[in-house]
Amino acid sequence: MSTEVLTAEVLKNVAATVEVRDVHKWYGAHRVLNGVDLTVRPGEVTVILGPSGSGKSTLLRVINHLEKPEIGHVSVNGELIGVRRQGDRREMGVPPAEGWGRLKELSERAILTQRSRIGFVFQNFNLFPHLTVLDNVAAAPVATGKLSRAKAQELARELLVRVGLGDRTGAYPRQLSGGQQQRVAIARALALRPGVILFDEPTSALDPELVGEVLAVIKDLATSGTTLVIVTHEIGFAREIADRVVFIDGGRIVEQGPPSEVLDRPRHERTRDFLSKVL
Amino acid sequence: MSEPPGAAVSVTEAPPQADTPSPQLAAQRVLPLRRPGRWIATAVVLVLAAQFVHGLATNPFYQWDRFGYWFLRPAVLDGLLITLEVAAYSAVLGLLGGILLALARLSKSPVLRAVSWTYVWALRSIPLIVVLLFLYNFSALYKTLSVGVPFGPAFFSFDESRLATDMVIAVVGLSLNEAAYAAEVVRGGILSVDQGQHEAAAALGLPKGYQFRRIVFPQALRSITPNYVNQLIGLIKSTSLVFYVSLLDLFGTVQSMGSTYPGDIVPLLLVATVWYLILTSAVSVVQFYVERYYARGATRSLPPTPLQKLRAGLTDLRARIRREAAV
Repeated sequence: MSTEVLTAEVLKNVAATVEVRDVHKWYGAHRVLNGVDLTVRPGEVTVILGPSGSGKSTLLRVINHLEKPEIGHVSVNGELIGVRRQGDRREMGVPPAEGWGRLKELSERAILTQRSRIGFVFQNFNLFPHLTVLDNVAAAPVATGKLSRAKAQELARELLVRVGLGDRTGAYPRQLSGGQQQRVAIARALALRPGVILFDEPTSALDPELVGEVLAVIKDLATSGTTLVIVTHEIGFAREIADRVVFIDGGRIVEQGPPSEVLDRPRHERTRDFLSKVL
Repeated sequence: MSEPPGAAVSVTEAPPQADTPSPQLAAQRVLPLRRPGRWIATAVVLVLAAQFVHGLATNPFYQWDRFGYWFLRPAVLDGLLITLEVAAYSAVLGLLGGILLALARLSKSPVLRAVSWTYVWALRSIPLIVVLLFLYNFSALYKTLSVGVPFGPAFFSFDESRLATDMVIAVVGLSLNEAAYAAEVVRGGILSVDQGQHEAAAALGLPKGYQFRRIVFPQALRSITPNYVNQLIGLIKSTSLVFYVSLLDLFGTVQSMGSTYPGDIVPLLLVATVWYLILTSAVSVVQFYVERYYARGATRSLPPTPLQKLRAGLTDLRARIRREAAV
C-alpha cells in the first residue's frame, strides 16, 4: 500500500521550466558556446542535435552548472543557477536598471542544492561501482536529507521496478550490461524527483541491441510529463518523442522547432548537411 | 558424420586420413606438454632450501635454545607491546594527517596547496632519526608550548617537559614523518578515481563531505590500501629508531639485553627478526581482507580467500584423479 503512495509521489515531480540566456563559454581560447538562447517549457521534451564538438554537451553541463558560463545565465523554474541577485529592489519600485542589484556567485553548498533539483544522465553512466544498484539509487535522497534510509530504499526499489530492474537491486553496477546500467542511472536521477532531467548522449556508449531498452525508459518519462532535455544522435527517437528539436553548430543554435520542421524540412544548409550525414 | 556411434570410442580401428576434426580426434585426450626445465628448477630450489634450513637448524652459532629462552620473556614482550603501540598510534595519526594533507594539496586554495607541498617536501627530506632527536631536544629549545597571539599574550601554556613523554615524542615524530608519505599515497588514490565519479556525485548534488566519505574515498582506498600497507610495514620497522629517544621497544629491548648478555646477541637478534616477521605477516593478512572488501563492485566477482582457494584446489585435484582413473 505504501508503495502505491510512493509511486504517486514519484510521478508528482513538478515539471520545470529551463531558460538559457545568451550563454557564452570558452575553454581557454576556444569558444564552445557563442550566445545560446533556449527556453524549455514545463513538460516539454527537447532534443538537441549537432555535430560533435558543436557544444551540445557543454550546453547541457552549463544548465546544471557542472560548467560555469563566462557570460549569460541559466535559470530553472525562474531561479538563477549558480548565482544570486543581491539587493534586488524591483519590488520596491526601483526601476530595473538600478533595481536588479548585483549578481553574486552562490556558495558551493547552494549550488549542490540546486543541482539536486536537476537530474543528469551521463553517456558513461558513472554509477558508483562500490555501491549496490539499490544504494546507487537511494544514496542521493539520503545524503541530501530528503528521505530516511528506509524510505529512500523503498523509493529506490519502486524506481528500479519502473525501469525494469526490480530483480537486480542487490547487484553491483559492473555485473550489469550497459543498457541495465544506464537504466539504473536514470532511476538514480529520478530519485531526487527533479523538475527537469538532462540526458547527455544516453545511448552512445551502448551496444546497438541495448539502445532500445534505454530509449523505452526515456520515452516512458517523456509521456509522464517530466521536462527532458536530451542530447542524442538517435534521429528516429528524436522524431518520435521530441516536442522540439534544437540544432546546434559552432556553439550557436542554428534552428529549432518541432521535429516535423527541423528534421523533415530543415531551413538551414548546415542542418541539411548534418542530417544527410547521420540519416 | 555417417560413422556408427561406436567408432568414436575405439581410436585404433579407423585412424582418420587427415588432421581434420573428427569423432576419433574428439575422443582423444591431449597429453600435456612435459616441462623438464620446471622439474630441474624445482629440484635446485628444494636443495638450496634444504641446505638453508639445515644450516639454520644445526649451526650452533644460532643457539636456538637461547632463542627459545628469550622469545617470550616478559622484557621482550614489553618491548613488543611498545613497538605495537607506537606503530598503531603513528599509523592512525599518520593516515589522518596524510588525508588532511592530500585534501589540502588537491584543494583550490593556493595557500593550502603550498602548505601541504612544503610540509611533504620538508618531512620527506629530513631523516626520521633527525626528526626524533629534534623532538627529543625540543623541550630544551622551547620550555613551554603556548597558544596565543604571536608576539602577544598567550591563552594556554603547557609545560613541555610534562607533556612530552618518550612515548609522545616517538609517536609525534613517527606520525609527522608518516603523514608526509601517507599524503602522497592518499593523493595518488584520490587521483586514481575516475573523473566521472566526481561529476556524478556533483550532478546529484551530494554534499561535499558525503562525496568524499562515501563516493570518492572508498574507491580511492582500493589503490591506497596496498601502498599504505607498504608504508605501514616500513613504519613498523622504523619504530626501531625510537630506541634513540630512550624508549625500549622490541629492538631497544633486544639491544639492551644484548649488551647485558653479550653471548646471546645472535639469538636475541633472531627473536627480534621473528617478531618483526610475525607482525609483517599479520599486516599482510589484514591487507588481503581489506583489499578484498574494497574490491566489492570493482571486479565482477571477489578474489577467493585462501580457504576458498584451498577448497577449489582440492575439488580440482579430486576431479583430475577421477578423470585419470577413468582413462
